[in-house]
Order: sequence, then C-alpha cells, then structure tokens
Amino acid sequence: MNQKTAARRPYVRSMQGWWRRDPFFMVYMARELTAFAVLAYSIVLVVGVMRLAQGEAAWNGWLAALQSPWSLLLHLVFLLSFVIHAKSWFEIMPKTMPLMFVGGQRMNPAIITWTGWGATIAASVALFALALWGQS
Amino acid sequence: MSEAKMIEIQVLRYRPEQEDEPVWQSYSVPFTDDMSVLQGLQYIKDEIDGTLSFRWSCRMAICGSCGMMVNGKPHLSCQTFLRDLAPGPVRIEALAHFPIERDLVVSVEPFVKKLESVKPYIIPKEPRTLEQGEYLQTPEQLAQFEQFSSCINCMLCYSACPQFGLDPDFVGPGVLALLHRYNADSRDGGQAQRMEIVNSQEGVWSCTAVGYCSEVCPKHVDPANAVNQNKVNSAKDYFLRFLSPKGASK
Repeated sequence: MNQKTAARRPYVRSMQGWWRRDPFFMVYMARELTAFAVLAYSIVLVVGVMRLAQGEAAWNGWLAALQSPWSLLLHLVFLLSFVIHAKSWFEIMPKTMPLMFVGGQRMNPAIITWTGWGATIAASVALFALALWGQS
Repeated sequence: MSEAKMIEIQVLRYRPEQEDEPVWQSYSVPFTDDMSVLQGLQYIKDEIDGTLSFRWSCRMAICGSCGMMVNGKPHLSCQTFLRDLAPGPVRIEALAHFPIERDLVVSVEPFVKKLESVKPYIIPKEPRTLEQGEYLQTPEQLAQFEQFSSCINCMLCYSACPQFGLDPDFVGPGVLALLHRYNADSRDGGQAQRMEIVNSQEGVWSCTAVGYCSEVCPKHVDPANAVNQNKVNSAKDYFLRFLSPKGASK
C-alpha cells in the first residue's frame, strides 16, 4: 500500500434509523407497512370463501364474527390503512408507468394519480350498490 | 449590496488523520441575500478555516460537483440560498450513503465504475455510412429519452435512496436512468447488452419505489420512472425468452 492510499480512511455512516430521517421515508414506510393490512384483509376474505364452501352454518358464523366489536374495530384499522396505502401508491403511480403522451404533450402526473382515485371511488360505489341491492 | 447579516453554519468535519469519526464544527458567516450555501462554505475556507474540504466547480447547477446534505436533505449547494435558511443554524454534511473521504468530500469511484458499466453511449442499431446521412428521429422518439439525458451525475438521488444506503452495490437511480436514456433511444441497439445489469440482483429489482430520488433531482430527470420502466422491461425480458424460439436477449 503506498503512502497516498494509506492516508485514506473513508468513513461509512450508519444506516440505523434511516427511515426516521426524512418525512418522505416515513410516508414510504407507511406505504410498506399498510401493505400488511391489505394482506390481512385478503386473508379475512379468503376465510369467508372457505366458510361459504363449508355450508350455511359456517357462513353465518363467519358473518356473525365480522359483526363483533373487535372485528368492527379491525375493519376501521383496515379502512384507514387502505386509504393511506392507496393515497401513497397513487401519488407514486406516475413514476412507475411508461411515459404517456396525449396530443404530443406529456400527460400531467396529477391526471394519472386522480385516475387511480377515480377508479377506486367508482369500484367502491359499485360495491356498495351491489351490497345494498343484495340486501333489498 | 445590502449589509451583511450573520448566519451560523455547522459543518460535519472529518479529517481521517486526526479524527476517528466525524464531528460537528460551527462557523459564524456573514451573508447577503444573493449568497448560496456554496458561497458560505467558500467564505469559511477563504476567511475562517482553510482546512475545510469540499468539491465545487461551476457554481451554476451544471457540473454536479457540489452536492451535499443541507439540513438533512440532498441539495446542490450552489443552488441553495442562505437567505432561505436564515436564521439558521444551517447543518451541512457530506452526501448521505457515501463513505466520507474528508469533510464534505465523498468517495465516488464505485459510482464512476457503475457509470462506465452501463455503456453510456449509443451502440448503433444499424451502422450508417456518411453518405447515408444522419440518423433521423421524430419528436416523439426524442421525448422517450430526452429528460433522462439531463443527468449531471451529482449523485443527490443516491443520497435520497435508502436502498443504496443499505446496499452500496445497488446500481442506483442515476446510473439506471442513464442506462435507460440509451435503451430508450430509437437509434440505439445496445439494449441486449445492458439488460444483464438491469436484470441483476443489483439492478432494477433492488429498487423498492421509494421515489425520493425523483424529488431531489435538480434536473427533473425522474430516475424513479426510468428504474420502474425497466422493471417492466426486465420482466418482459425474462418471460419472453420462454416464447422466443431463439431465446431472448440475456
């Protein structure tokens, strides 16, 4: 090792707690964390399908379990998580897509974000309409 | 020229011959409304403490040399003004996620090696003779890569990328954006050669779409977009080889 190399002693800074360093990273971590809520809710739904396959009593038991106070609280947490997850994903969606041009102009990223919200709202309204129609 | 006000600039110093780890040092610097953070550092070096080390060259956001963390965020110090940070204190640190060589100077060799590795030049799809004339390109074809050609290699995006901080082997946003700049060029035929890097463990799949790289980019390159477009390209490259009788590019 020559003199010049020996004098070099690059200092590597720790990454510990990196996600607390910038609000942007916290939003990112919230997006990652709320993905678990999406996973958990999909499991709840899969269990529902399995109970349905097991017959009427099993299905009614599952429906009753959904109406317990703990379940309602859990669903509130799910809903909040989904809103955070969706907001954060729709904001980053323009960055994840191929460049889009309309009439030779680059599409405004906000349009892509709001298209995401539009689809979410349309799907939610359709689902509620279906649920209400099913009850009537 | 208006009368100088004072601002406190705190700099994370690291002198390998005298310190085992970086230490904060504070300076009181007179500033005017037209002074950048870089000019503040130059004042320190010229008038207060000549031992302070930092990189700079053009002073106009073109050369990409003076990137540093200003109050914890990656900025070009020539483009960041003390008036916007008053009353201070202003905390200045070497670019995050890079090893510190000395004070505000970071190691750039691995970054330069990565830059070279992506063949950042046009590999002609069809070689043409002079008689055949120039390569023509439509405005639409230009638009596919133009923004990605604005990179000045300032490495701010690397300081914004926690995945690079956690794994320094990750090719990273800036270099992948430059790679995409050539892959997306209609005149270029070198995509197959570059896909090996895109597809590798250190390639686009190390990106988890944090997206901060695009926020801090002083040239609006949007490296996150380049990286994420190449996740699609990488997936296509992987699956299409099962369909292609000759085998797709490696």
